Amino acid sequence: MRFYRALLHLYPASFRAEYGDEIESVFRERLRDASNPPAVIALWISSFFEILLNAIGVHWDILRQDLRYTTRTLLRSPGFAITAILVVALGIGANTAAFSVTDFVLIRNLPFPDSQRLVKMWQTTSGYDQMEFSPLNYRDVKRMSKSYEGMGVVVPSAVNLVGQGDPQRIFNAFVTSEVIPLLGIQPLFGRVFTPSDEREGAPGTVLLSYQLWQSQFAADPGVLGRKVILDGFPYVVIGVMPPQFHFPSAEVALWVPKQFSEQEFQDRNDNYLQVLARLKPGVSLEQAQAEMNVTMLQLKREYPGENKNTGGTVIFLRDEISGKSRVMLWALLGASACVLLIACANLANLLLTRSLSRQRELAVRAALGAGRERLVRQSMTESMLLAVSGGCLGILVAVSAVPLLTRLVPNTLPIASTPEVDFRVLIFAGLLTVLTGVVFGVLPALRASGNKDMDALREGARSGGGRKERLRAALVIAEVTISIVLLISSGLLIRALWKLQGTDPGFRADGVLTVQTSLPMPKYEKTARRVDFYDRVLSGVRALPGVTNAGYVTSVPMLWPGGIWPVSIDGQVVERTASHTVSMRYATPGYFATLGIPLLLGRDVSESDTTDRQFVAVVSQSFARRYWPDQNPLGRHFQLTFHDRMVVGVVGDVRVRGLETASEPQAYLPYRQVPDGMVVYYAPRNLVVRTAGSPTVLAPSIRRIIHEADPEQPASDVQTMDQIVEAKTASRTVQVRVLAAFAAIAFLLAAIGIHGLLSFAVSQRNREIGVRMALGAASGDILRMVMRQGVWVALAGVIPGLALAYIAARLMQAILAGIQPGDLATFASAAGLCVVMTLAGCFLPAWRAVRIDPMTAIRTE
Amino acid sequence: MDKRPSPESLLPLPPATFHILIALADEDRHGYAIIQDVAARTNGELKLSAGTLYRSIPRMMDQGLLVETTTRPAPDLDDERRRYYRITPFGIAVARAEARRHAQLVKMARVRGIAPEKA
Repeated sequence: MRFYRALLHLYPASFRAEYGDEIESVFRERLRDASNPPAVIALWISSFFEILLNAIGVHWDILRQDLRYTTRTLLRSPGFAITAILVVALGIGANTAAFSVTDFVLIRNLPFPDSQRLVKMWQTTSGYDQMEFSPLNYRDVKRMSKSYEGMGVVVPSAVNLVGQGDPQRIFNAFVTSEVIPLLGIQPLFGRVFTPSDEREGAPGTVLLSYQLWQSQFAADPGVLGRKVILDGFPYVVIGVMPPQFHFPSAEVALWVPKQFSEQEFQDRNDNYLQVLARLKPGVSLEQAQAEMNVTMLQLKREYPGENKNTGGTVIFLRDEISGKSRVMLWALLGASACVLLIACANLANLLLTRSLSRQRELAVRAALGAGRERLVRQSMTESMLLAVSGGCLGILVAVSAVPLLTRLVPNTLPIASTPEVDFRVLIFAGLLTVLTGVVFGVLPALRASGNKDMDALREGARSGGGRKERLRAALVIAEVTISIVLLISSGLLIRALWKLQGTDPGFRADGVLTVQTSLPMPKYEKTARRVDFYDRVLSGVRALPGVTNAGYVTSVPMLWPGGIWPVSIDGQVVERTASHTVSMRYATPGYFATLGIPLLLGRDVSESDTTDRQFVAVVSQSFARRYWPDQNPLGRHFQLTFHDRMVVGVVGDVRVRGLETASEPQAYLPYRQVPDGMVVYYAPRNLVVRTAGSPTVLAPSIRRIIHEADPEQPASDVQTMDQIVEAKTASRTVQVRVLAAFAAIAFLLAAIGIHGLLSFAVSQRNREIGVRMALGAASGDILRMVMRQGVWVALAGVIPGLALAYIAARLMQAILAGIQPGDLATFASAAGLCVVMTLAGCFLPAWRAVRIDPMTAIRTE
Repeated sequence: MDKRPSPESLLPLPPATFHILIALADEDRHGYAIIQDVAARTNGELKLSAGTLYRSIPRMMDQGLLVETTTRPAPDLDDERRRYYRITPFGIAVARAEARRHAQLVKMARVRGIAPEKA
């Protein structure tokens, strides 16, 4: 019988208390009636399952009953229900979205087996802490290193794909045969590269990305062996990589073996190889770095001239992400955590307030015989219902927010460009809010039902003890603190964004369209052939209606940070340090005028600057100032790209690397002064066109002109200069918007918190206020009394908030673009906003307090 | 108090509910007596379990089909742990409606010749 009684514990306690004895007595009687041992056993077995099933049924009945009751009561106070659900949804949604992106970019392992052992290696020199390796240094380092299982090189590039529909510009990577096996990824089908593919002169082979195979080859399963034309050369497709393979970045769509020629092993300072390696098991990054230091020291000793300031560095592939992106994402995550905290605080506050106002109802139900378990269970159902509805809405928020954050995924990592919603964090955030709901929803019920003396039933009793009021005030103070931190952080970032957007880029971006035409080599190896192409395109474009000017350049500012060359003056030995490098571009006449770069001295490059004349250059102001301070730079000579050049003009400086980063001085070389086959990689590829009207309407005409000049030539990356400048601050803009949205939400929640706290306090002090007024208190006194409480709460929140905000700003200094972490204007306006918020939150409750009629207030008691 | 729904709105009744109503139609009974009555009327084919009975009873009380009664039999016939239940007028109305529904069904089946003719 004891076993049977234990079984009855499967029922809810209230049900057991009501019917337990009876069920037991029925069972006893049936047991007595059972005639023989088999019948007894059968009765036991059937009773066991029957209790199990019925207990579930009874729980379900009660849940349904509670849900009905909860829905009814919530519908009666829709303001409370909607606020609570929105608060939970925002907290869960914002946090999940932000964490999904951060985890994807910063935390999660890269999608390669044993990815913790994958490293990137860079050369270093003064001024550049991550420079590509030169083939000669790479060959030596590879020979001398013992820490790695394998090592290979990657050269990201872009090729023209012809023969699959329109000519296309496609990002590719040249890789040595070690690279893909080293990453540990098998092709979806086909094979990877072998050493024989990378022999000089071996037939061309190519691996396709899954995405390219889908889009350009219609997912043709018979694609293996198919011939494609890349930059005018035939290649055979040997395999397709799996969908989730992205290397070295998501934009790369095909891989070609890197074939080294003897010519590449001539210049130890020709740096263009990215080096990827896999550490041997058990070798730490520090050991690898130590080995690298020794190796580079030895290479410095062997080649004191070329390797004078050269060192080497080894970093995890995972860490190939700029410090700025990292700080931005952590700031975002911190902000979303703040929003979640505020959401929880607000939910707790809402539930506490509600429980106080329902204290009498709970007491009545307890008095009428509702057991403690039923009351707690009822409150729990309500909290859970709110949390679950909020959670579902939160999932929607997260799912729709994550795509908005993709701009924050840096394109330097071998991962897809769009993260997915992380369901682990969704569950975490959901559990946190449910826990908050349960704790703050159930505690009041526990207390109410445990309250045996029925104080709450007594007419006129003041519900809400001092302790609970203090807890609620503390929660509101925390909300104010957090919202101040968020306000100031986003305020500082907005100031930083404004500052950057106000930076003079050195050119006029409005009304300029750029189109990329990368000329394939060796088809365009001869300078004359290129000149012919440029001239045909430029004369066609200049004749278009509305076009005021056009030109060609190696690359427009802010699109490509490369082209950094050493300069020497009067034949001195070249030292590759930051103080001797320039950003080098070939340009056609008209480029400066098109982009609005001011010509300060001398002349533009001209059509008569040909290889049989004196080699010349136009330099930027900072270039002239660096080498010939306070002197006339015109007519001076320097050496760049294997030729002596004479300065014929000086132009304004341009921010080549974007608005945030300082740029090297610039040197522009005439597009005709290149001997055939030399530095062909720097052949002008960006067409720039200035128009009086809207630039984008020109695109079709320009494409037609390019097609007429060379039908096999793709025209890619059609964009306005404004778009290029904007893209440079795009991740910042997204981050600022998200942070500002978080701050606004936090601010609003804090205001609701203050308002709720004071409203409740006023309603609880109705009688007191009535008495005070009856005794002659003026409405001004009452107003002051209510306001004082609001101001006190706001101050208690603002002061620690300012301190915390300063700490947060110090941590974010790297992305503040020179705005001081203690920026007075931002701090003052945040504090000012908080005062306004407090006043707004106090206003209604104070107004209500002043309008209390003393007679009514006293009489109701 | 809630407005009572119409008896038809509760139809069709779960079999256990209908049997409990029938068992209580002529007299107040305690739980085990209901079980025994159902078993007797069905020649032992339907043996309500205690769990099923006590899951049905609170629901039926919620629906207003029966009430717990305070009048108890003579002390020598009583067991203090027992509770007695009485059918309400609404319970009778619902039981009638359910019986009518069954009769209707049987009539329909008879027209098609798949039920025995009236004895």
